[in-house]
Amino acid sequence: MSILVDSNTRLVVQGVTGSSGAFHARGCMEYGTNVVAGVTPGKGGQVFDGKVPIFDTAYEARQQTGCNATMILVPAPFAADAILEAADAGVELIVCITEGIPVMDMMRVKAAMAGNKSRLIGPNCPGIITPGQCKIGIMPGYIHKPGKIGVISRSGTLTYEAVWQLTQRGFGQSTCIGIGGDPINGTSHLDAVKLFGEDSGTEALIIIGEIGGTAEEEAAAWIKENYNKPVAAFIAGATAPPGRRMGHAGAIVSGGKGTAAGKIEALREAGIAIAETPASMGETLIKNLKL
Amino acid sequence: MNIHEYQAKQLFERFNIATPRGAPAWTPEEAEKIATELNTSKLVVKAQIHAGGRGKGTFDTGFKGGVKLCSTPIEARDLAEKMLGHTLVTHQTGPGGKIVRKVLVVESVDIAREVYFAILMDRAAGGPVVVASTEGGVEIEKVAEEHPEKIIRELVHPLLGFQHYQALKLGRQLDFEGNQLKAASKLFSNLYKLFVSLDCSLVEINPLVESSEGDVYALDAKFNFDDNALYRHKDILDMRDIHEEDQREVEASKFGLNYIGLEGNIACLVNGAGLAMATMDIIKHAGGEPANFLDVGGGASEDQVTEAFKILVADRNVKAILVNIFGGIMRCDVIAQGLINAVKTVSLPVPLVVRLEGTNVELGKKLLEESRLPIQAATDLSEAAKMVVAAAKV
Repeated sequence: MSILVDSNTRLVVQGVTGSSGAFHARGCMEYGTNVVAGVTPGKGGQVFDGKVPIFDTAYEARQQTGCNATMILVPAPFAADAILEAADAGVELIVCITEGIPVMDMMRVKAAMAGNKSRLIGPNCPGIITPGQCKIGIMPGYIHKPGKIGVISRSGTLTYEAVWQLTQRGFGQSTCIGIGGDPINGTSHLDAVKLFGEDSGTEALIIIGEIGGTAEEEAAAWIKENYNKPVAAFIAGATAPPGRRMGHAGAIVSGGKGTAAGKIEALREAGIAIAETPASMGETLIKNLKL
Repeated sequence: MNIHEYQAKQLFERFNIATPRGAPAWTPEEAEKIATELNTSKLVVKAQIHAGGRGKGTFDTGFKGGVKLCSTPIEARDLAEKMLGHTLVTHQTGPGGKIVRKVLVVESVDIAREVYFAILMDRAAGGPVVVASTEGGVEIEKVAEEHPEKIIRELVHPLLGFQHYQALKLGRQLDFEGNQLKAASKLFSNLYKLFVSLDCSLVEINPLVESSEGDVYALDAKFNFDDNALYRHKDILDMRDIHEEDQREVEASKFGLNYIGLEGNIACLVNGAGLAMATMDIIKHAGGEPANFLDVGGGASEDQVTEAFKILVADRNVKAILVNIFGGIMRCDVIAQGLINAVKTVSLPVPLVVRLEGTNVELGKKLLEESRLPIQAATDLSEAAKMVVAAAKV
């Protein structure tokens, strides 16, 4: 089983004619995702790769194809607008890959989307994948394997590291959700944990976090009271100097808050197994499965 | 991106936020000129560096204090001479200190009262928050630790913005009354306008003062701007002072590389910020010290990999290099080719450990083998960390 995406997902790609959009739309199609539409203002009427109709607006794409998810690969200055357009068109799942969106743009998007039926994942994220069924994003499909472990992460390549460790040891994933590296995002660790909590097909979780903010601590507090299945976690950035933005806009220790040590303590407190190094993420969870 | 106090003053002037009169000086003569124009016997000369704690800092010459009062233009010139071109060490600069290239010469204010006022983005709240305290002129972290009840927090609605009633509420909480309350609340509102207009992530005024004459001034300010938004603020970008930045980082930014210099001797080159942080962590765990954070990102070209490599190699502290790539968008063969080109161009002064995984990994490994370069190949991350730590000790 899975959360949010499966073989019924019908994907539209906003920014499909850009170089990044085209490359990753193809990647999703090759994986088997049902890509039903593309959106690039001004290119409505064209066809992508001879298969996918392109529309001028998300609204038209929705009307004509019934797409229920979107992957946004639109440049940062225009991405917030694309998110709002998709929400306005009623596309239920919005996955925004774009990195570099101004924080205040995301602040406004998030406030505007409060109460809206659309769910936003990201921005600045690798996407979401239910192995064997649907890939929305830029992750390499081949490292994944269908299974029962839910993966939640702020990172991209660090997630692939964990997923590959699991797959190589024979443990597949129900869904892997990249929530992204930005300080203000659509879906938090806690939101994702709750979704997995309701999925009977997910029997354990791996949480990958990093310095900055308190999202992992919030998830830990909820897990302590509400989630009984095995959980393992790795927090990146224990060696990062305070006050510096470590690549991700959200990866910054500020005023003593958001340290790796603080997160690890909160997670341990909640009974979550902590991987000491990124090389042992898979191993740490698997050990706890056998218990 | 950070800016100097004198640049913050210019921004305050643009947004009608009261600051003491004055201007920046690059030479002692300029300092004297500005002091003369101010026509007052109450002067302050302030070293301009991107770090706090200047007042309590010490210069490499032994001269104490980066913020000094004086009474005449000649004294201002002398103080400027003692500061300009010299290195100031404060508790925030690190032991190496920073060279002072400019000073700010301003009228000193007789301070009756100091408060703290800041606006920053609160990610949990999803919007701006005002943090304020009656305990101004001291480190806010200390206040938060010792007197948490003296920290005032006021959330601002992300769409409606800062309301007039909130400005007055904060003014009263900060013990302003009468005309000072009007002046303070107007200052707060203007500061919020600045915060939003310029896409700031932090604006901190410490201290915000009430003078003995009953005026309200921003006496010192610290700004952080959202790097993601700089593309739409060319005027702020123009304020960038590359002298205040780590030169390795300045070089890296020319090639669009995400690089942060650290103090250790094991350099790393990784794709993806999370993996790059985790790579630094595992180096440390294996007993080594990372020399840097470097994320080449998913779209990096062969040229960028070459340039990244050159920057790592140019750092004389570096005793070994670890390249850790999990290819998603990034292809292992592109990395391999970039490394091969780099080593051919720059040569390899230190041991290089490479760990490749992901897209086109077999092709990448093959290219490295066939290059016959002295590259140590690791299969997993744990092995790679151990190998590079051992190599750095040789």
